[in-house]
Amino acid sequence: MSATAKTLEKMMAQDYKPGFVTEMESDTLPPGLSEQVIRTISARKQEPEWLLAWRLDAYRHWLTLEEPHWPYLNYPPIDYNAISYYSAPKSGNAPKSLDEVDPKLLETYSKLGIPLYEQKKLAGVAVDAVFDSVSVATTFKDKLAAAGVIFCSLSEAVREHPDLVRQYLGQVVPAADNFFAALNAAVFTDGSFVYIPRGVRCPMELSTYFRINAAKTGQFERTLIIAEDNSHVSYLEGCSAPMRDENQLHAAVVELIALEGAEIKYSTVQNWYPGDEEGRGGIYNFVTKRGECRGARSRISWTQVETGSAITWKYPSCILRGDDSAGEFYSVALTNHRQQADTGTKMIHIGRNTRSTIISKGISAGRAQNTYRGLVKVLKSAENARNYTQCDSLLIGDRCGAHTFPYIEVKQPTAQVEHEATTSRISEDQLFFCRQRGLSGEDAVSMIVNGFCKDVFKELPMEFAVEAQALLGISLEGSVG
Amino acid sequence: MLEIKNLHVRIGDKPILKGINLEVKAGEVHAIMGPNGSGKSTLSHILAGREGYEVTEGSISYQGRDLLAMPAEQRAREGVFLAFQYPVEIPGVSNIYLLKAALNAMRRHRGLNELDAMDFIAMIKDKVKLVDMDEQFLYRAVNQGFSGGEKKRNEILQMAVLEPSLCILDETDSGLDIDALKCVSEGVNRLRDPKRSFILVTHYQRLLDYIKPDFVHVLAQGRIVRSGDAGLALELEKHGYGWIDRELTGN
Repeated sequence: MSATAKTLEKMMAQDYKPGFVTEMESDTLPPGLSEQVIRTISARKQEPEWLLAWRLDAYRHWLTLEEPHWPYLNYPPIDYNAISYYSAPKSGNAPKSLDEVDPKLLETYSKLGIPLYEQKKLAGVAVDAVFDSVSVATTFKDKLAAAGVIFCSLSEAVREHPDLVRQYLGQVVPAADNFFAALNAAVFTDGSFVYIPRGVRCPMELSTYFRINAAKTGQFERTLIIAEDNSHVSYLEGCSAPMRDENQLHAAVVELIALEGAEIKYSTVQNWYPGDEEGRGGIYNFVTKRGECRGARSRISWTQVETGSAITWKYPSCILRGDDSAGEFYSVALTNHRQQADTGTKMIHIGRNTRSTIISKGISAGRAQNTYRGLVKVLKSAENARNYTQCDSLLIGDRCGAHTFPYIEVKQPTAQVEHEATTSRISEDQLFFCRQRGLSGEDAVSMIVNGFCKDVFKELPMEFAVEAQALLGISLEGSVG
Repeated sequence: MLEIKNLHVRIGDKPILKGINLEVKAGEVHAIMGPNGSGKSTLSHILAGREGYEVTEGSISYQGRDLLAMPAEQRAREGVFLAFQYPVEIPGVSNIYLLKAALNAMRRHRGLNELDAMDFIAMIKDKVKLVDMDEQFLYRAVNQGFSGGEKKRNEILQMAVLEPSLCILDETDSGLDIDALKCVSEGVNRLRDPKRSFILVTHYQRLLDYIKPDFVHVLAQGRIVRSGDAGLALELEKHGYGWIDRELTGN
């Protein structure tokens, strides 16, 4: 085996640090999916009638759909009746403040590096913590409320701001959008809700941390962000799950709506349990994320660092409806061992002078398969639309794969669409050079990979760029010799 | 400093070095010259610890220790530096980041405190002047888009920062115009020190116009066939390598 492959292997044989389980009593529905289960979830959450009806419609539609098999992914059939669709820690019955939150939960989040006590190091970042099916705490709510910003769990928003939720829910990702989105609409449990009023620049970063804890449950959160005219918000989500031998399903939906002149920056650091070296266990991550630049001059930017999950299926997209609106997608997707990712974006140009940028960095190691799949679509109405796409793949070792499927559909002759793609490998020359300068093989690979991802990392909020770099190093451990 | 005894090296089934003997003392500058394919670059790589070569016989002792037993990064941390013939590019990694990571790896190895960003920047500014580089170089990605001359100067900058004991320059003069050659040579000359030794591997004599060697060795067909002082290099320049080949084959 070459020196590179050996160093890489050593680096990658590594612990998944968030892989612990929090022992606590939970209120968990038995496995299985039926109208009755949906009625139960809705009742537990004391939802209004319209929302139950919406869920049931989605469920009935879902029954007519088939799981998509077009992605470049290979996994055994999912038994949707073997999954529990609701699990909540028993102690946490809508705590009014952090003091009422179960100390075990606080400890879990602080072990994950997410201190919920507001004075801790992430001061300046408001956090909504979602544990299995429920939100357990949201910090800095008062300070945000003073600016007119609503940041709470979606369940709370349904209770407290029903008109807003009803107006916007399912507008960007309709309940019938696709197989996993329909499933989510039927059974979604919690997630975050953000509303930024007209002209407000959100005074701090907003963040949601999703944690799967209970066994044999799925997580189906739903996030809705609405930015009114000329407002601005930066939002970050992180996630992790315990190490388990069986696979767990995560099917989330995120909807963003940017009105005139509004700007939404949505960043993800995805670190769901990826499974072990042989591909046992790990999260199946089937996520529908879409933003609509509804107003003129609005902007939506997706930045994602994907290192976790056994299977990743997600295409954070932008519908560029408003004239002069802009969509961006910056992605680092790292797959190691037996992980598989089929990820990319869709940029749908509808308005005039709409612009989109796609920078995708795929890193594949071990026996992993990493696919970029993207669509750039320019409708007849999108005069002078512009897109720039850059897709780079980095291969580590010789047993992994990188694939690129760019789809381009242009109906408007004034559009300019550019696509650049490269595939490279960490060379023996680069590694030897770094080792000759005194760096270990592992540090060398980590440095080279971080360099490869630089264009994406610089788009992340500062605090999280550091975290993302560290995560990449950890995820690569055992990949070099 | 360095003692190579009866070194035999092959790549696969092909013998490349067939019994090299060489002793380099502290403060000395040795030039290794020879025609293409004589094994010059193999010798540099073997000293620096590149994998893919098989040592079938012989030994290398560095500061009294078995150099061949050390992995490449340990040799580097112990003060063995190779200036590459073809410096690699590392996209997205800035020069200053690489230099700091490398220096701190050495310092850790020697039980010294790591330098923080402020101390490092203060130190590096002086070193940059040594090789007549603009500070902007530090913030560009390692060797990316650098001209041939800039790449080689960058190697010398790394050498100046890491302050090695044994510097091996592998065809550092190749591909350089006269100004770059002067600049690189001056950088090397300023780093000459009674405690530091140099091995200059080169095809041409012209580098030796600027860096005066104490010894010159001619490598041909995997062996050192001549050793002498700087005068030997001038002789080679005059007669080319042909006469050595003729002598070796008995014609």
